[in-house]
Amino acid sequence: MIIPFLVVGIIIASTILVCSYRAIYGPGTFNRIVAANVIGTKAIVLLIVVGYIIERPEFIDIALMYAVIAFIGTIIIAKYAERGELCLR
Amino acid sequence: MLAACRFGGRATRGCDGEMTAMKKESMAFSIALTFCVMFAFWMLLSAWTVYLLEPYDLLKVSSRGILAALIVSFLTYEIFVPSRGENVLLKIRRLIPYIGWELWQIYLATIDVTKRVLGILPVDPRIIEFDTTLRSDFALVTFANSITLTPGTITIDIEPEKGRYIVHAIAKEPAESLTVDQTMQKKVGHVFMEE
Amino acid sequence: MLAIDLVATMFLAAGAFFMIIGTAGLLRFPDFYTRLHATGKCDTLGQILIIVGCMTYEGLSFITIKLIFVSAFYLLVGPTGTHALMKAAYASGLPVWRKGDKRM
Repeated sequence: MIIPFLVVGIIIASTILVCSYRAIYGPGTFNRIVAANVIGTKAIVLLIVVGYIIERPEFIDIALMYAVIAFIGTIIIAKYAERGELCLR
Repeated sequence: MLAACRFGGRATRGCDGEMTAMKKESMAFSIALTFCVMFAFWMLLSAWTVYLLEPYDLLKVSSRGILAALIVSFLTYEIFVPSRGENVLLKIRRLIPYIGWELWQIYLATIDVTKRVLGILPVDPRIIEFDTTLRSDFALVTFANSITLTPGTITIDIEPEKGRYIVHAIAKEPAESLTVDQTMQKKVGHVFMEE
Repeated sequence: MLAIDLVATMFLAAGAFFMIIGTAGLLRFPDFYTRLHATGKCDTLGQILIIVGCMTYEGLSFITIKLIFVSAFYLLVGPTGTHALMKAAYASGLPVWRKGDKRM
């Protein structure tokens, strides 16, 4: 049962590599923000799959925390890129 | 979305700097409710280590959970404010079939994007605007999330006073299913009783 | 292999397929707004399918409850992040691609 998890893990890792093309060459700021968000999403799934391959269930807690932190980071960067500042004073 | 941070209704302390006061007894009720929810969440996440010990050690093991839940509930008790609106139970009971319809729409949306990536259907984007009759915060946020999960459309901006939505659509058929057919406005209006 | 393992493998394969389609859309679409369409929808469903596959493999235990939390959290949060990025780009004046323009 370890072979399907290995194949899915290799597919997701190669998808992360392909997506970094848009992070390097995307014209403008916003394409790079989207590429960083997509890499963060795929990293959550990759953490869970690696947790199944090496048979340690603690990786799911790490994936949950990283999902929360990546969401907050995306919202903060989007708010900054829209206004030029974070809070109205 | 900026409308979602006002879901608690009364006490917000965001970038605007204002804070309205709460009564003493509703503050105690909010702290107790938040503590119960946070402690139940901690027990669900960490309960699989409890089976290793004897049953009378339960209080000693969950002391960390009680401490953590107390700290979190004293810092963030302002979100669970009671007496939010009328007919809350009826709205929750009508919301569950709506969530089932939403999951089916996510699947249809992904099939639609697959066809556009592979080149079977054309890509012809446009921006549309329309008005609705929804006014409360929760209804506006639910409808905007549903537009994002429907095949071919993503919400750009909303105006809460007039209920106006600005939506980016990827072709002509998804745009027309929002403005001409109006299937989703009728469903959301049925759940929230068209406010 | 048992029948449960076969069902879990099918869910995992479907989830991996939709993730590949999402990344192909990120490279192929001609504009920022259409790329957000591709990633915001395909990544959400691909992640949910992979996590459902892991849940079927595990059976009923406490780890299944944690996986349900991860997938429910991402189902609520993914479209919100997509909307926030699109609103920021529209408010700062990024040009929209019509049919027949150059690729940007």
